[in-house]
Amino acid sequence: MVRLVRYLKPYTLLLLAVLVALLIQAWADLSLPDYMSRIVNYGIQQNGVETPVPEALRDQTFERLKLFLTDEERAQVEAAYTRVDSSSADYAALVKRYPALSEQPIWVRKALSAQDIKALTSPLGRAWLAVSAIERIMSDPQAAATIGKQMGVDLSKLPAGTDLFTLLPKMPAPQRTALIERLNQQAEALGESMVNQMAVVAVRMEYQALGMDVTALQNAYILRTGGTMLLLALLGAVCTVTVGYLAARTAAGVARDLRQDVFRKVTFFSGAEFEKFSTASLITRTTNDVTQLQMVLMMMVRMVVYAPILGIGAIIRASGKGSTMWWLIAVAVSILLSLIFIVFTVATPRFKLIQKLVDRLNLVTRESLSGMMVIRAFNTQEHELQRFDRTNRDLTSTMLFVSRVIVVMMPAMMLIMNGLMLAIVWVGAHEVAKANMQVGDMMAFMQYALQIVMSFLMVSIMFIILPRAAVSADRVADVLETPISIQDPPQPRAFPEPFVPVIEFDHVGFRYPGAEENVLCGITFTAQPGQVVGIIGSTGSGKSTLVNLIPRFYDVSEGAIRISGVDIREVRLADLHDKIGYVPQRGLLFSGTLASNLRYADENAPDEVVQEAISIAQAREVVESRPEGLEAPIAQGGTNVSGGQRQRLAIARALVKRAPIYIFDDSFSALDFRTEAALRRALRTALRDSTVLIVTQRVSSILHADQIIVLDEGVIVGKGTHEELMATCPEYREIVFSQLRQEDLQTLVTVGA
Amino acid sequence: MGMMMMGPRRSGPGGRGPQGGPPFAQAGEKARDFKGTMLRLLTYLKGHYPALGISLGAAILSTIFSIVGPKILGKATTKLFEGVLAQIMGTGEGIDFTYIGNILLLLVGLYLLSSVFGYLQGWLLTGVSMDIAYRLRKEIAEKIHRMPLKYFDGTNHGEILSRVTNDVDTVSQTLSQNLSQLVTSVVTMLGVLVMMLTISWQMTLVAFVVMPLSLVIIGQVIKRSQKYFRQQQDYLGHVNGHVEEMYGGHFVVRAFNGEARSLERFTAYNTQLYESAWKSQFFSSLMMPMVNFIGNLSYVAVAVLGGWLAVQKLITVGDIQAFIQYMRSFTQPMGQLANVTNVLQQTAAAAERVFEFLAEEEETPDPEAPAQLDKVEGTVEFDHVRFGYTPEKVVIKDFTARVQPGQRIAIVGPTGAGKTTMVKLLMRFYDVLDGAIRVDGHDVREFRRRDLRRNFGMVLQDAWLFNGTIMDNLRYGRLDATDEEVFAAAKAARVDHFVRTLPQGYQMEINEETSNISQGQKQLMTIARAFLADPRILILDEATSSVDTRTEVLIQQAMAELMRGRMSFIIAHRLSTIRNADLILVMHEGDIVEQGTHEELLARGGFYARLYQSQFEGTAPA
Repeated sequence: MVRLVRYLKPYTLLLLAVLVALLIQAWADLSLPDYMSRIVNYGIQQNGVETPVPEALRDQTFERLKLFLTDEERAQVEAAYTRVDSSSADYAALVKRYPALSEQPIWVRKALSAQDIKALTSPLGRAWLAVSAIERIMSDPQAAATIGKQMGVDLSKLPAGTDLFTLLPKMPAPQRTALIERLNQQAEALGESMVNQMAVVAVRMEYQALGMDVTALQNAYILRTGGTMLLLALLGAVCTVTVGYLAARTAAGVARDLRQDVFRKVTFFSGAEFEKFSTASLITRTTNDVTQLQMVLMMMVRMVVYAPILGIGAIIRASGKGSTMWWLIAVAVSILLSLIFIVFTVATPRFKLIQKLVDRLNLVTRESLSGMMVIRAFNTQEHELQRFDRTNRDLTSTMLFVSRVIVVMMPAMMLIMNGLMLAIVWVGAHEVAKANMQVGDMMAFMQYALQIVMSFLMVSIMFIILPRAAVSADRVADVLETPISIQDPPQPRAFPEPFVPVIEFDHVGFRYPGAEENVLCGITFTAQPGQVVGIIGSTGSGKSTLVNLIPRFYDVSEGAIRISGVDIREVRLADLHDKIGYVPQRGLLFSGTLASNLRYADENAPDEVVQEAISIAQAREVVESRPEGLEAPIAQGGTNVSGGQRQRLAIARALVKRAPIYIFDDSFSALDFRTEAALRRALRTALRDSTVLIVTQRVSSILHADQIIVLDEGVIVGKGTHEELMATCPEYREIVFSQLRQEDLQTLVTVGA
Repeated sequence: MGMMMMGPRRSGPGGRGPQGGPPFAQAGEKARDFKGTMLRLLTYLKGHYPALGISLGAAILSTIFSIVGPKILGKATTKLFEGVLAQIMGTGEGIDFTYIGNILLLLVGLYLLSSVFGYLQGWLLTGVSMDIAYRLRKEIAEKIHRMPLKYFDGTNHGEILSRVTNDVDTVSQTLSQNLSQLVTSVVTMLGVLVMMLTISWQMTLVAFVVMPLSLVIIGQVIKRSQKYFRQQQDYLGHVNGHVEEMYGGHFVVRAFNGEARSLERFTAYNTQLYESAWKSQFFSSLMMPMVNFIGNLSYVAVAVLGGWLAVQKLITVGDIQAFIQYMRSFTQPMGQLANVTNVLQQTAAAAERVFEFLAEEEETPDPEAPAQLDKVEGTVEFDHVRFGYTPEKVVIKDFTARVQPGQRIAIVGPTGAGKTTMVKLLMRFYDVLDGAIRVDGHDVREFRRRDLRRNFGMVLQDAWLFNGTIMDNLRYGRLDATDEEVFAAAKAARVDHFVRTLPQGYQMEINEETSNISQGQKQLMTIARAFLADPRILILDEATSSVDTRTEVLIQQAMAELMRGRMSFIIAHRLSTIRNADLILVMHEGDIVEQGTHEELLARGGFYARLYQSQFEGTAPA
């Protein structure tokens, strides 16, 4: 993976933008449960009253509250509120909101910062608690006794109807301070959130006393919070879409760049590099592997980066909500991870086995198809079916096992999640009872817990996917990092003018990279202009390899090849290829039309040249048999023309080039003898001035060549004309006799001559 | 979680491997006859009814248990909440832990049962789908052996292989996934709906006002992204095709200095691919955030209404909480259902391809009262034979010949003249369109194929071996042959010597590509098989090339030995063979144009004579 990191470089800005968007998205996603819990906590449970610091209160209540504040706190509170009565400037507006103002003066909260309100929360909460307790004492003597006992004051002797609030200010200062002290202790025991919740009930009653519309207040709160929540959700959605957009562009872009670079690289590979990777592997590396990387990159950006951000954020927030419960999440996550681990250690080796069995099934089927005639001839259908059935059974049972292991995941994960929720409710209920948290907080914690578990899940999935992607990445990087072994020389020479197509092999040896033995050894010969040189030998004797050295598909390992007196390694490859007309072993055509194939060497070749090439190559009937003529379509690989037609077209394609050197690499094999004979006759005239090399296994193809080179296991065992070789070269004679009977040969040679 | 279910990557032959489909809504093709295909697929479920019934029940129970969960959990939170309120008010005795504890215990039980039933359902359904896959594969394999060779002329092997693996796989994978998703989604949605209604019909109404909106959005996104996915698929095809072509023809590209043109074309394809790739990825990534946002919208709406209802004391806080949870669990099955219809299309398309294959025409059945053919005499008669691979294109127009027992017949003609057609007719791989071929006076169609073929031995040029030991491959000529018989046949076919020089001798494994022994050795092995089969009549295809000279000599010796005392038809390339034949059948453009002995034919000065001479003319200097 690391080896391809530089491909991300052009997308650095996009990726940074993704990061920012992801952070915002995470923030939005994480804040949502917070707002949800606020709707339940404050909106529904506290009827829209958020804090014990009321927005307004009656003069009387204000005075009562102050009784339970220290001097310092009292000053703070007084500074936070303004007294309003009928003479105030904004009386008209305020009396509408607080109808009680018409009867008495009230105190209205100034515009305070959230921090200021927070500072006032705790003292006012306690004060509310005290005031409401005393109010209950006054209205209910029985309750007074209990509450008094709690406070350590005997209130039972209090005469009925006594206004305690008038009594309190008259208390001696130390006694009052002690009372406040005791109240504070009481509040401490309850916990701040409980105090606040109790105070809020009092605040709501105060609002009612002020004549405010409490229901409207509640609805307004829910709507306000809901609105904010929606905005957040919208922001989150916008960010997700942005991330999706940027990630798609980045992933597709990186894939495009990789594909382009790999293709460019491979285009300039020499035969040695193709040998090293194999063509099939190079194709998958350029296509499937890159596509694989694109998918993984997309997921990486959207999930791998996001999951930890979300997870960490959720952990931070959840610990704020229920710091005593996070161990529940840890337990759930570790159970989940063990589950994934177990399932995958059990399943992974079987996945590989499945792949093997599928290959096996394919093999057996393929053999059934390719051997159909043999199978029917030997009546072995039953036997084949048994072979198939064995593999089919193995495959089915292995797949069944793996599926059943994998199927565990879903229900088990649901169980873990649900179990976690239940545990949170149970443990949370106790926390709530201890007033360590509110019910709404507990619910929010449940949401965070889910998010944390999910993010762990996502990360663990990535750990399963990444190794596979890493394999693809390495395969692609291997191609990109492979040096091209055959390149233009730094200071290329030009072929001398006029160009003389003399090909000289000077003690040439060749071995494939990494091979132990030479394929060719000590090859020395010269092909003169106008000569036809035949190269013959059995399969594996190195014939094709020999001619592949001329266009530098491979470079010689020893010795040198000179054309027109120049070592071919000293000229530019394009210049070299310009001089060579090459006809490959399989008549390889490209998709397009007949014309596009014939003009492959020169798009602007004049019609006469093309027509002449068609005639020489005996390809006229190929063109004429098609209604579209030269515009007839050719399928990929030329599969819609027969083998013999392909070979003739490939020959015509090379002839259009009008090159001084021609190489025919076993290019007549699919032609019948008659066509081949006609073709050879035509070639002889057309390529009068060119140097022609013909690789073949058929003696008849080269019987009349100017020079025949007999190869056996990479060594030249004979060199000369047919007659010379018949006299001197036993290997040549062996080849000839295996193909033609001696007497036939004599007739033939006489007929020919 | 979806990807955990995807299993190993299986790249079948012919396929181009994974193309990166969308999370759901694959840009798959559609079945032509969706209903018919699905009905036929349903017949495969027969015999699995008990398992299906139980898993349906398990699915319903599992879903119901997980649905009632939130409602019951809501009770617990409500109780908790009431307890807290009582504490604040100073009334009551605080939180009732016994009650909450009991509820939670009940829930633990329910969730446990739900998971157990969920697994039971998955367990049973995978069993059913794997069994269907097994049967489909088996049926395809059996079908292959019952089909006429004609079918395989027009179909490439990759296509058939892709049915055995990819298509069957798609059917089985999507089937178990679909069945369980279909059931759980429908049950969940119904159940959730009921639960929501029991909490508050007003809130349900509000929640459902928003639902259609997300359905519309899902539909739109799927539609758009499918368009780009199809495009991406097409362009990927172009890129892959170009890569395959250029890499395959690398030397040609280089030799013709075609690098720049190839690159130019690649860049164009690659750019197109990029455009469609990012668009398809982007569009499919739109779905989640949009659906989520709409989910939040309904959440707020429900919260506002719920808050109001709570103030009116119409519902409890726990109910609101449960309701919100239900709302969330409603969107998921909805998305799944939208997906199921898509996946079902895929299933149908794959199943249709399999069924189409299974419905292909089979060989005509053997006659019910076959003529007996124990030991063939060897009179072979071609009586006005007319034949074509397709009825429109007749390749043998009117061929009549009579071959006496023990004769040696050479079939000659230029490449592609249809020489192997004769062989295929004799072996009854194909049936004549008109006329008849008679063996010992009986029309070949009167025999059982098995009986007829037992009397013919065949040695073809492209030697067919399979992945297995050399011993297994040799024994293929007669499966019940003893080891000694195999060795004897190997000796007769000149196989024994080279086999003994191999690393494990007869136990050496022929690899999957059958590339670890040479072409010539392969041919010798097929000759050995023919020895083992010991047929009355031989059909030989002489090798033309690609065999080294020493092996070539061995092959000729082995073939000569095999032919001794047997009547034989030889697709001949060698003059010696042709000259020694009792009868030469000269084929040209699919028809037998001349017949007779070498001398007769030369004397006639017709096509044969020209063919004979032409082989050598070209070598004459111009």
